Amino acid sequence: MTYLRPTTLDDALAALAGPPVTILAGGTDVFPALGERPAPRPYLDISRVAELRRIEENAAGWRIGATATWTDIVNAPLPAAFDGLKAAAREVGSVQIQNAGTVAGNLCNASPAADGVPALLALGADVEIARSGARRTVPLAEFVTGPRRTALSPGEMVSAILVPPHPQHAVGGFAKLGARRYLVISIAMASAVVVPEAGRAASARVAVGSCGPVASRLPALEDALAGAPLERLAERVAPEHLAPLSAIDDVRGTALYRLDAAATLLARLLGEVGRAALSGDRP
Amino acid sequence: MSDAALAPDAAEAAADATAAIGFVLNGRPVSAAVSPGMRLSEALRQHLATRDVKVGCNAGDCGACTVLLDGAAVCACLVATRQVEGKRVDTLAGLLDTPEGHRLADAFARHGAAQCGICTPGMMVAAVPLLAADPAPSEAAVKDALGGVLCRCTGYRKIIAAVMDAAGPAADAPAEADGVGARIPRIDGHAKIHGTERFGDDVAPADALVVRVVRSPHPRAAFTFGDLDDYAARHGVTVLTAADIPGVNRFGVIPPFADQPVFAEREARFRGEAVAAVVGEADTIAALDAFPVSFTPLPAVTDPAAAQAEDAPRLHESRPGNVMCRGLVRRGDADAALARADVVAEGRFRSPFVEHAYIEPEAGYAVCVGDRVEVYASTQAPVMDLEGLAPILGLPVEKVRIVPTAVGGGFGSKLDLSVQPYIALGAMKTGRPVRLAYSRTESMQSSTKRHPSDIVARIGATRDGRICGFHFEGDFDTGAYASWGPTVANRVPVHASGPYRVDDYLAKSAGIHTHNPPSGAFRGFGVPQSAIAQEVLFEDLAEALGIDPLEFRRRNALENGVPTVCGQIFEQGVGIGACFDALAPHFARARAEAEAFNAAARAAGSPLRRGAGLAAGWYGCGNTSMANPSTIRSGVTPEGRIVLHQGAMDIGQGANTVITQIFAAALGVPVAAVALVGPDTDVTPDAGKTSASRQTLISGNAARLSGAALRAMILRQANAGDDARIEPTAAGLVIHDGAASRPLDLAALPVDRLGYTLSAEESWDPPTAPMDENGQGVPYAVFGYAAHLCELTVDTALGTVRLEKFTAAHDVGKAINPLLVEGQVEGGIAQGAGMALMEAYIPGQTEDLHNYLIPTIGDMPPVETLIIEEPDAHGPHGAKGLGEHCLIPTAPAILNAIRHASGARLTTVPATPSAVRAAIRAAEEAQ
Repeated sequence: MTYLRPTTLDDALAALAGPPVTILAGGTDVFPALGERPAPRPYLDISRVAELRRIEENAAGWRIGATATWTDIVNAPLPAAFDGLKAAAREVGSVQIQNAGTVAGNLCNASPAADGVPALLALGADVEIARSGARRTVPLAEFVTGPRRTALSPGEMVSAILVPPHPQHAVGGFAKLGARRYLVISIAMASAVVVPEAGRAASARVAVGSCGPVASRLPALEDALAGAPLERLAERVAPEHLAPLSAIDDVRGTALYRLDAAATLLARLLGEVGRAALSGDRP
Repeated sequence: MSDAALAPDAAEAAADATAAIGFVLNGRPVSAAVSPGMRLSEALRQHLATRDVKVGCNAGDCGACTVLLDGAAVCACLVATRQVEGKRVDTLAGLLDTPEGHRLADAFARHGAAQCGICTPGMMVAAVPLLAADPAPSEAAVKDALGGVLCRCTGYRKIIAAVMDAAGPAADAPAEADGVGARIPRIDGHAKIHGTERFGDDVAPADALVVRVVRSPHPRAAFTFGDLDDYAARHGVTVLTAADIPGVNRFGVIPPFADQPVFAEREARFRGEAVAAVVGEADTIAALDAFPVSFTPLPAVTDPAAAQAEDAPRLHESRPGNVMCRGLVRRGDADAALARADVVAEGRFRSPFVEHAYIEPEAGYAVCVGDRVEVYASTQAPVMDLEGLAPILGLPVEKVRIVPTAVGGGFGSKLDLSVQPYIALGAMKTGRPVRLAYSRTESMQSSTKRHPSDIVARIGATRDGRICGFHFEGDFDTGAYASWGPTVANRVPVHASGPYRVDDYLAKSAGIHTHNPPSGAFRGFGVPQSAIAQEVLFEDLAEALGIDPLEFRRRNALENGVPTVCGQIFEQGVGIGACFDALAPHFARARAEAEAFNAAARAAGSPLRRGAGLAAGWYGCGNTSMANPSTIRSGVTPEGRIVLHQGAMDIGQGANTVITQIFAAALGVPVAAVALVGPDTDVTPDAGKTSASRQTLISGNAARLSGAALRAMILRQANAGDDARIEPTAAGLVIHDGAASRPLDLAALPVDRLGYTLSAEESWDPPTAPMDENGQGVPYAVFGYAAHLCELTVDTALGTVRLEKFTAAHDVGKAINPLLVEGQVEGGIAQGAGMALMEAYIPGQTEDLHNYLIPTIGDMPPVETLIIEEPDAHGPHGAKGLGEHCLIPTAPAILNAIRHASGARLTTVPATPSAVRAAIRAAEEAQ
C-alpha cells in the first residue's frame, strides 16, 4: 500500500486520476470508519497542500479551502452571517476533533447528522469540485445526495466550499440538541441566516439537520420569515414548515420527538438571531 | 507531480515498505519506521516507547491518546504518522517538564484527580494549552478544553478542580498526618499522573506476537471452518479453536454455573462470541484478510419474554425455559398487607444493558517460563483468574502465575476472564510471548454488561406513612452465559426493599438466558435497577399520602434493632437515618430554591423547570452468605524495611492507599515507611476479588490484623512495651520505649523465603450465615447506607435535563481517607447519571463510544459529599464498604427530580430527551 503526499493541488488531482485512493486530511472520519482493518486503498494525504488550507474573501464571497479545520473557522475573521457556522464549529466533537477535522470532510462524510451542513445550507454555500484539468461547482443541497452519498465522481475531490457574499449586517445562528455535552451526535439541529432591513427580516435562509437522510432547507418557513419583524421571527415557525423533513426513529430519539424538537430549536434560534440582528450584537 | 513531494513516497511504494518518519517528540528529534497508514498513537506506543499515550477507542471518541501536534490537542489515533513528519509532537512525558505541566501534575495529586489513571495523560495534555493561555481558567473554559477526554472513574469534578487550581499552592505545603481518617493523596498516584503507570497493554515485550480473535457477527449462528491449516500456512500464523484447548473449554466465575466456552463449538450464542483466534507477528496480524469461517444465522431470542416462550430455543440443555436461576426473599405476608394498605403504588420498570465503558479495554500478555505460564493482564481478581484459567490450560494451578497490571477501570467486568485464555493458549502453542488488547468494539461486544431489568412492583402504605406490603418481581436478562447472573438473582431480593423497614415482603427474581452478551457484575449487582422501582414507588406513596418525600423515607428508615427483610437484626451500625437527617436541610433549601426558580420561570414564560429529588440505597458488603476471606501478609527485612503484600486489586478506587493506611496505623508507622508488593499469585496471598464493596471492610481488617501482629512481633523482639513507638529510619527500625530509644537488631534472625526476618500473615472473613428457603438469614456482616439529593433543570420543551447539583450522604462507618471517599462518590454518581439519562447498550447499534454515550465533563454537576460515620463493629475502625453504594441512589434520585420539576413520572431508563419529552406530554395530557 502506498501513501501519497502531494504539496500542490495539481499533484493531488494527478494522483486522484490514478487508481482509487482514500483521501486523508483530518482523519477524523477516515480512521474511525476503518476500525481495526487494514486500509483497503492507498492514502492520498492532502494535508500538506498549503493552498487548500486557506479561508479567504474575494469578489465572489468567501472561499473555505478543503483542508480548513473547524478551529480555522472559529479563528477566522468572518462576518456575522457566519456566526452559525462558527457556533457549529465549536459543537463538532471536541477540541481534538475541531483541531484536526475539516469542514469539507464533514460534507464528504455525508452523515445525516453532519454538524456543518445546516449552517452551510443557511449560508447558501456551493461546493467546488476539482478533478485533473477541470473544476465544477454544485450547490451544497445537490452535493450531499443521501446518507453517506455525495455527488463526487471517481477522480474528483472537493477543493473548496464557496459562500456567496452576504450583507455586512446579516446575522447567522446555530442550535444543536444532543443527549450529552461534547462529543455527541446531534438528535436535531437548526441553523439560520437572516438579513435584517429596517427592523424586519428582508430575507432568511433556514436549515435543519438530523431530521432526515440529509439536512434540508425549509423554504416555506423562509418565505414566512421574509418581511417579519425581527422581534417576532420565532412566532413565524409553524408545523407545516417542517414538511420537507423526514425524520426517523433511532436510538437517539423518535421521529415525532425530532420534529417537535426541531420546531422548538427553530423558534429559539430565530428568536436569538432576531434579537442579535436588532441589537447589532452577535449572539 | 512535484518530485520533492512525491518522489520519496513513490519510492517506498515500489518497495511497499515502511518509511522512516522524522519529527520532534517531546523536544527531541526522533525517527520511526512506520507502515503507510500507521496511526500516530501506534507509532508512539509501539515504535517510540511513548506509552504515556493511551489508546481507549481508536476512533477519537475517548481522547485518551490526546497529544499536542504543533501545540494543538489532537487524538493521536486519528493522525497518520506520516502527517507529523517535520512537526512537533508533545505527550504528557514531555509536557511535565513545562511549568504548566509541572504545576498541573502537582494539582492532580493534591486533588485526587486520578483514580485508575488511564485517562489522566489525555486529560493533562488537553489541559496544558488552556493553562498556557490562562493560568486560572474558569470552570466553563476547563470543560471546553477537556470535553474531548472521557473518564469513567472520577466523575470529573476533581479533574476540574485540579485544572482550575493548577496555579494554587504547590506540594511543599506541610504534609498532613497520614493515619486512618487522613485525607492523603493516593500513594500510587505518581505513576498515574506521570504517565508511567503500566496498564494491560503497556507491559508486553517488543517481540511479543499478537492475537486477533475471530467473533460471531450474529446473535446466534452455526459455523463451520474452512481449511485452517492452509490459512495458517499461507499467512505464517497459528490458529486456535476449541480443538486446541488442552483442558476444558469452559469457564465461569461461579463454578457450579460455569458454562462459557473460550471458543464456541459449532454454535455461537451471542454477537461477538469468540469462535477462533489467530496468533502471529504484529504486522502480519494487522494485514490479515478474511478468516475462513462461514456463519449460518439461526433464530435467536434476544429478550427474556421471547426466551421464556414455549417454543423458544434453549441456550443450555440443563436450564429449561432458559431460566438460569431464581432468587426469593419472603417475610410476613406481602399480599395480605397490600390488601389492607390505605394506598398502593405500582409500576413496571425497565432498564437496558449498561456497558462498563472503562477507558482501558481488556489487555495483557502471557509468556511461558519453564513449564509454567505467566499472565500479565488487567484484572480485578487475580486468584479467580488463576483458578479459572488453569483448568482451561490443562495445568495445575501451581503451573500458572497471574501478575495483574494496573487496571484502567473495572467496575465489575474485569472480574471475569477476557483476554487471559487467548494469550495463555497462544503462548503455550507458540512458545513466544503473546499479547492482546481488545478493540473498543470487541470489548463492548464480548465483555459482560449490567443486566437489563423488567420489574413489576407494588408497594402499600398506611395513612400514617408506614410501608404496608411490598411485592416485587424482576426478570433479569442474563444473556448467553451465567457469569455473575446468579449473584444478581440472589442480591436483588435481599436489597429490593431499600434500607427500610418492610415487615411484609415478597421479592422474586429470575435470571433468564438470551442470545445477548453475558450480563455480569456491574457496580451494584442488580441493586441499582431494583432501587429505581422501589424509590419511584416510594415517591408515589409520599405524594398519595401528602407526606414530604424525605419525611416519608425517614419514617420508614431501617434502624438498629429492627429486622431487615431477611430477618437480620443489626444492633448497631445502621446509618440510613443519619443520612436522611444530614440531607434534610439541603432538601429543604433545594425545594425552596426550585419553587422560587419555577415561579420566576412561569412568570417569564420560560420552559425551564427546576426539580429536587431524593432516593436512598443500601448494599451488603462482601459475598452473600458465603465465605470470602482476605489474607494480608507483611514482613520486615533484615535491614528493617517494612513490606506489605497488598493483594487487594486497586482498580482506581484506592485500595493501595486505604489498605496501607489501615496497616500503617495498626503497625504504628507512617504510610511512607511501608513498601508495597502488589498482587501476584506467586508472592502475595489472596485478598479476594475487588468486588461487592468488600476490600476496605475485609482486606482492611486483614491488614489491620497483619499490622497488629507484626507490631507485636517487633515489640517482642525489641523487648518493648505495648505502647512503644516504632520509628523507621534509613538505618533500620528504632524502637522508642519510654525514655529509651534503641535500634532494633534483626541481623541475628533467620530470613524466610520471601526475605523477611519477621512476617505476619493474617486473614479475616466476615461472619455471615446461610439464608433459608425464604431468604431469611444473615447474608452480610455489614451494610453501607446512602441517600442522594439531586437538583436539576428540565427544559420541558426539549425534554433535556441539566444536572445542577448532587448532595450525597454516605454512611461509610469511618472514612479511612475522605479524599478517596469523595472520589468514589463523585465517580459513582457519574455512572448513575449515565444510567439514568443516556446509556443503553444495543448489540449491533451502540458498540462503540461514539454511539454509546457516557457522561462527559460537561454533564457532571458539583457534588457535595456528606460523610456519615456510624461505625460498624465489624469494620476496621468502624469502616464499611462504599464502592457500589455511591451509584445505587443516583438514578432514582434523578428520576424523582425530573418528576418534581416537570410532572413526568419516568419508569424506564435511560431518560433520554426523547423519553422525557414524551413523558411530559403524557403528563400534560393526563391533566
